[in-house]
Amino acid sequence: MSANVATQGGAGKRWRPPPFIANPWLRLALYGGVALYLALALGTLQVNWGRVAEGLVRGWAFVAAFGSPDFTSRWAEIQEGMIESLTMTVVSTVLGVALSLPVGLGAARNLAPLPVYLVCRFIIAASRSFPEIIVAILFVKMFGFGPLAGMVTLAFATIGFMAKLLAEDLEDIDEAQVEAIRATGASWPQMMVYAVQPQVLPRFIGLSVYRLDINFRESAVIGIVGAGGIGATLNTSFDRYEFGTSAAILILIIAIVMAAEYSSGIIRKRLQ
Amino acid sequence: MLRVRGLTKTYRSGDKALDGVDLDVPRGQLMALIGPSGAGKSTLIRCVNRLVEPTAGEVVVDGSPVTGLGGGGLRAARRRMGMIFQEYALVERLTVMENVLSGRLGYVGFWASWMRRYPQADVDEAFRLIERCGLGGMHDKRADQLSGGQRQRVGICRALIQNPALLLVDEPTASLDPKTSRQVMRLLVELCAERNLAAIVNIHDVALAQMFVQRIVGLRAGRIVFDGPPDALSTETLTAIYGEEDWNASRPTEEDEEDEAQARAIATRLAAEAR
Repeated sequence: MSANVATQGGAGKRWRPPPFIANPWLRLALYGGVALYLALALGTLQVNWGRVAEGLVRGWAFVAAFGSPDFTSRWAEIQEGMIESLTMTVVSTVLGVALSLPVGLGAARNLAPLPVYLVCRFIIAASRSFPEIIVAILFVKMFGFGPLAGMVTLAFATIGFMAKLLAEDLEDIDEAQVEAIRATGASWPQMMVYAVQPQVLPRFIGLSVYRLDINFRESAVIGIVGAGGIGATLNTSFDRYEFGTSAAILILIIAIVMAAEYSSGIIRKRLQ
Repeated sequence: MLRVRGLTKTYRSGDKALDGVDLDVPRGQLMALIGPSGAGKSTLIRCVNRLVEPTAGEVVVDGSPVTGLGGGGLRAARRRMGMIFQEYALVERLTVMENVLSGRLGYVGFWASWMRRYPQADVDEAFRLIERCGLGGMHDKRADQLSGGQRQRVGICRALIQNPALLLVDEPTASLDPKTSRQVMRLLVELCAERNLAAIVNIHDVALAQMFVQRIVGLRAGRIVFDGPPDALSTETLTAIYGEEDWNASRPTEEDEEDEAQARAIATRLAAEAR
């Protein structure tokens, strides 16, 4: 409370930053309310400790399997799943990034007329408001089980992600550079490739690489609902209680994601 | 060369930036446009090449009207007007050469410019200008690696390679130190003389303007309130342009003398070069 009180007079005058919420009563009420809500919410949790103890044992068996991952007995399936996942990842990323270009351009308010802007923003909102797993279930129903459904899902999600970030970058560009290129008598496409593209391209490539590794991780998840890839293999191994195989698959996924993460970091650093 | 009649710009917010401006700039004349912030200096030069669309009035460059032109005609007209900017407005991630060659965009087709396949004549001219502006050997450096003065020289090259008849210069020295400012102004003076260009230079630094230009136009609230040679600027006219201020107190005399000495030296050198 006394945080903002300063002693009057010259030297030794204390200063504290002003509180985030100026009104002390409102501040007290808000902080108190949050604390009360937390206490009550924790009180409503019903924890069945017996079930937790039982689960811990099962969980431990799973963790223990990591100590002895079984790469060999289902290697053919693992290999097939991995290749399918990687194919899905690459194809969906390329497709999604390519489609996100026009959508992103249309969703930048400083470049697109209002009707185009609204349509493109709607596409982005639609793509971003459904989690991949829901979209995957829909596409599995449409296209049947298999990697085609997964690929379409990932491409669809990529459009929303890339187009939104591209549109935001486009809206943040330095208008002075655009003005300078327009002043030379450049046409609209020339202005795009001379004044706009250099400002957004490095980050766009960086984001595409980042999306590539997101898509790989997602391909493992959506496989569980039947959209193909390594997720399907992983799900099968869980169903058969072959935790050794599951562990092997998870270790491979982690390794690939880490490799992708590391190399995308290098690529993004090089681009700036 | 440049003829402006009744140029008026009212922004959508209702602000009247220009109010019936009449102005003639003959070939070979370097004209400084002074005035307080918000007087409409930037709007005026942007209305000339129609980066800002004027509300009313007429702009004629080299005998052909700029106002009323559509897409292609306007782009062709812009090729004849080189523009130089306050914060240089270079495309930061492109090289010096690409920035200079971007001045030719109005002349080459889309694919040629995208693939950076410019006619050899353009490339020759670019090298010549880069050398002329004291940037020799820097053509493959990225624009964001250069100092302020170097960047402004690239900006000047980009404007000149357009082969303009008219230069529109917006606060060329506002982000530069005093010495670099003078070097840049000197370069502009020399280049305008070499190529017989008309130029409008927006400038805040009245003393700097007086050193280098042949004519000063004062703008206040969108109207021309002074038009005359640099030495005709008096305390009264400065007050008319900028409002009440103790003008003599803000002019340190020692520096003034130094300025004058340097201005004389430049004048002598220019006269010698002209001969």
